[in-house]
Amino acid sequence: MDAIRIVEASQLKKDRGAFAPGDTVKVQVKVVEGEKERTQAFEGVVIRKRGEGARASFTVRRISYGIGVERTFPLHSPMVERVQVVRRGVIRRSKLYYLRGLTGKAARLKEKRAVLPTTGE
Amino acid sequence: MKEGLIGRKMGMTQLFSEDGRQIPVTVIQAGPCRVVEVREKARHGYNALQLGFEPKIKNVTKPRAGHFKKAGVPPMGVLREIRLEKVDGYQVGQTLTVDLFAPGELVDVSGISKGKGFQGGVRRYGWYGGDATHGSMFHRAPGSIGASSDPSRVWPGHHLPGRMGGDSRTVLNLSVARVLPDQNLLVVRGAVPGPIGSLVVVRKSVKLTKAQQRARKAE
Repeated sequence: MDAIRIVEASQLKKDRGAFAPGDTVKVQVKVVEGEKERTQAFEGVVIRKRGEGARASFTVRRISYGIGVERTFPLHSPMVERVQVVRRGVIRRSKLYYLRGLTGKAARLKEKRAVLPTTGE
Repeated sequence: MKEGLIGRKMGMTQLFSEDGRQIPVTVIQAGPCRVVEVREKARHGYNALQLGFEPKIKNVTKPRAGHFKKAGVPPMGVLREIRLEKVDGYQVGQTLTVDLFAPGELVDVSGISKGKGFQGGVRRYGWYGGDATHGSMFHRAPGSIGASSDPSRVWPGHHLPGRMGGDSRTVLNLSVARVLPDQNLLVVRGAVPGPIGSLVVVRKSVKLTKAQQRARKAE
């Protein structure tokens, strides 16, 4: 397995670990239109993270014009420019597939209260 | 026949291309290999290099130890011959490393495919089988395996259920995605026969790809 890690090391993006399922994130995705390239934001709730190393991916769910839309991104893809955390949610499981069956008020997640910096002993 | 190396399949992963596509790759620990014997046409009837891979310290048999001693190479666990057109310039004791290959180059990879156990004809030979439902009384059985009193026997080589996998297989024209000489790793695009940890032989490609054939024809 070590050899795999060595090969994957060059693929990893260091700024990609700071969110968890339940968080609302804004994913800045590069979109290529003909010759031009621009970034597009996709904002929604992270309903799963899976995989390890360079093969890791995450799925973001949002309600767009009343229709549920889910997009799965490779975590370390060069097409994903940035992942900003908008809000941290309180969750009790790692895969939030149950949100698919819920709409409106029921599909909300409680916000995680900011962790106060510890002052030590 | 082209030169090559003995290696071990370490597993698969993916690399991102510049436009964000994921490219499936296999990581192979290839070499370093030592030349233990040079086989020459005049003496042995064919040209080949006998390569050793992975040092072995314990339980080296005396005949084996003598063979390595003669070559002046520490004992190795794996010995394989690589047939070559010409063996000029190769010396016993020489070390071959992954530097033999460059990114973008095409290679052929041979290995023993994963054993699948005893499988029926549908899986082993791609028979269609019968309907599962609608009163079908024929599902996955072999059906008729030949004619009646003439010939009164089954033709040799007839496809029947049996052991599948565990055969020597070669995948042609895989492109080298990356070479990591410090770790002796070779990263090859696509899949390679065998389970993780199995032995493979990586050689420079022997056949032209379709694109190369077209280019050759156009000349």
